[in-house]
Amino acid sequence: MAQMTMIQAIRDAMRVELERDPETLVFGEDVGKNGGVFRATEGLQEMYGEERVFDTPLAESGIGGLAVGLGLQGYRPIAEIQFFGFVLEVMDSIVNQASRMRFRSGGRFHSPITFRSPFGGGVKTPENHADSFEGYMLQTPGVKVVIPSNPYDAKGLLSSAIRDNDPVIFLEHLKLYRSIRTEVPEEAYTIPLGQANVVREGGDVTIVTYGAMVHVSLQAADEILKMKGIKAEVIDLRTISPIDIETIAASIQKTNRAIVVQEAQRTSGVAAEVIAQINEKALLHLEAPVIRVAPPDTVYPFAAVEDEWLPTPSFVVDAIIQVLEF
Amino acid sequence: MSKLPYEVQTEPVTPLSILSPDGEIVDEALMPELTDEQLKEIMYRMVFTRTWDERAVNLGRQGRLGFYAPVSGQEASMIGSEYALNKDDFICPGYRDMPQIVWHGLPLYQAFLYSRGHQHGGQIPEDVHVLMPQIIIGAQILHATGVAMAFKKKGEKRVAITYTGDGGSSEGDFYEGMNFAGAFKLPVIYVVQNNGYAITTPYAKQTGALSVAHKAVAAGIRGVQVDGMDVLAVIKAVQEAAERGRNGEGATLIEMLTYRFRPHSMADDTTKYRTKDEEAEWSLKDPITRFAKFLEKKGLWTDEDTARVKEEAKATVNEHIKKAEQTEKMTVSGLIDSMFEHTPAHMEAQKADFQ
Repeated sequence: MAQMTMIQAIRDAMRVELERDPETLVFGEDVGKNGGVFRATEGLQEMYGEERVFDTPLAESGIGGLAVGLGLQGYRPIAEIQFFGFVLEVMDSIVNQASRMRFRSGGRFHSPITFRSPFGGGVKTPENHADSFEGYMLQTPGVKVVIPSNPYDAKGLLSSAIRDNDPVIFLEHLKLYRSIRTEVPEEAYTIPLGQANVVREGGDVTIVTYGAMVHVSLQAADEILKMKGIKAEVIDLRTISPIDIETIAASIQKTNRAIVVQEAQRTSGVAAEVIAQINEKALLHLEAPVIRVAPPDTVYPFAAVEDEWLPTPSFVVDAIIQVLEF
Repeated sequence: MSKLPYEVQTEPVTPLSILSPDGEIVDEALMPELTDEQLKEIMYRMVFTRTWDERAVNLGRQGRLGFYAPVSGQEASMIGSEYALNKDDFICPGYRDMPQIVWHGLPLYQAFLYSRGHQHGGQIPEDVHVLMPQIIIGAQILHATGVAMAFKKKGEKRVAITYTGDGGSSEGDFYEGMNFAGAFKLPVIYVVQNNGYAITTPYAKQTGALSVAHKAVAAGIRGVQVDGMDVLAVIKAVQEAAERGRNGEGATLIEMLTYRFRPHSMADDTTKYRTKDEEAEWSLKDPITRFAKFLEKKGLWTDEDTARVKEEAKATVNEHIKKAEQTEKMTVSGLIDSMFEHTPAHMEAQKADFQ
């Protein structure tokens, strides 16, 4: 075991998978010699050579299409999109091509691709860097979408994503890259995709969340416990597509109340889908409507006003009080 | 104003031409090496494809085929370019390029199933190296680029080939694909079948470039222009490009000047944008009559041969359309099961609604 940041854990997952499967390739803008703009691929080209870890021209669509083509010939591409705000340049390769390859060929071809990309607010990035565009991916049949919240999960989930024989979108929150250290095994391990994790147990209210909002929610859970003795259960979705509704429904059976916390704008992201599935699976256990904690439906804010725009623990506390007092 | 010394200069290109419209060899030195049997086989395929195209249009009108993009007029560019490949070369076709993948090995009834909107149409046999037709214009150019990179990485002497039309050369992915191939020196052939129109929009409204072939310069790859109504010129150009690819000399953009005698699709009315004179002028360049004249002079082909191939093609089309029509219907739960290697639980549950 070693103490690792999330960026180190992500790098370690790629190291382990490059070692394990010679068909695995890592490529993108500045991922080679430079080791990535966030050091996520640091040293990998030195260890595995330019044939396995390489830089590409600056063209996201080209990167996505390259991954699809390499996937057709037996390679296992890990393609990096430098910031997920740039995904719109490569939407066709993800949404029309990789996601549909198995389906449209009746299983003859598939796309064992992992698209890695950083996103997320709180670090004052310039425009088009921090946007939470995971909702677009959620609405794409044929892809899985993973968003880890800590180093241990990041490594295990990324290994699973890479080994998955269908496309996985792996989104890495910028604020979490270096803000937490946890124990991470140096050997390979996997965490199944599609399984949420109860990161804090409690019997009074369920908080469903993912990404950086897991930590905001945990702080809120501390505060509400101190303030009112309320015990909140916090569920980290980890995979946002498919959603692990069983874990959420089981929690609500116990707590009878739930909120969903996300960094994406109110009508974007995952919250609406979580609430719809709760209605289908756990309505009769609810004592109050499920409400969302999410930023307003503006464009992602200017850096100078980011901290006021993003959900804070006090927003979450207010929402908990609202569902408790309903 | 005089030209500035630091200004990029371009000159018009001269298309590669081997066979004149009268079926005479214009330049013996350029002639690809082909045996009499091979020449007859190429003719067979072109006549077969013309007949198949005629039948497909009719089957479409009868509702026995669905989406269909006519190919008459483009037999030389399609058949010739496929003929110049090896069986293990990989084809990424556009939506009009069904003939190439059928002659590369996709059974005809599967092409018909694709047209009818049946999943089995895309279940390419294991030993056939093609993708199903690409509807998103430009996407196939990137896929071929990735496939070519795989061949290069594995050290295999194979090339990828992909096709688009003149309109497709305006897409961003067209440039990105070629540019990646230039940067990585990949064994890939980008064919642009320039038939003068993208649906109703003429070539002149796509670009101010002197030719599509000029666009290769921007990617640092080789660009050539070919008389796309001349099957021998097409074969020569593709053979050469494939050889260069196999030898590690990188990618080639080949612009093939051609014409479609029929509408863009079954829903298109050519009278809105083409003149009778223009159509008549191009029909004089018909790749089949031209090649037939050449073969007749060599004593390799007669009108009886043409009639025989047409009958054979009709019978084959009939047999395959029946096979397509008799293919088992798809089910929604079958569709659900074909999304992922392992169907997730929530989708397993969705199957219940359709059983």
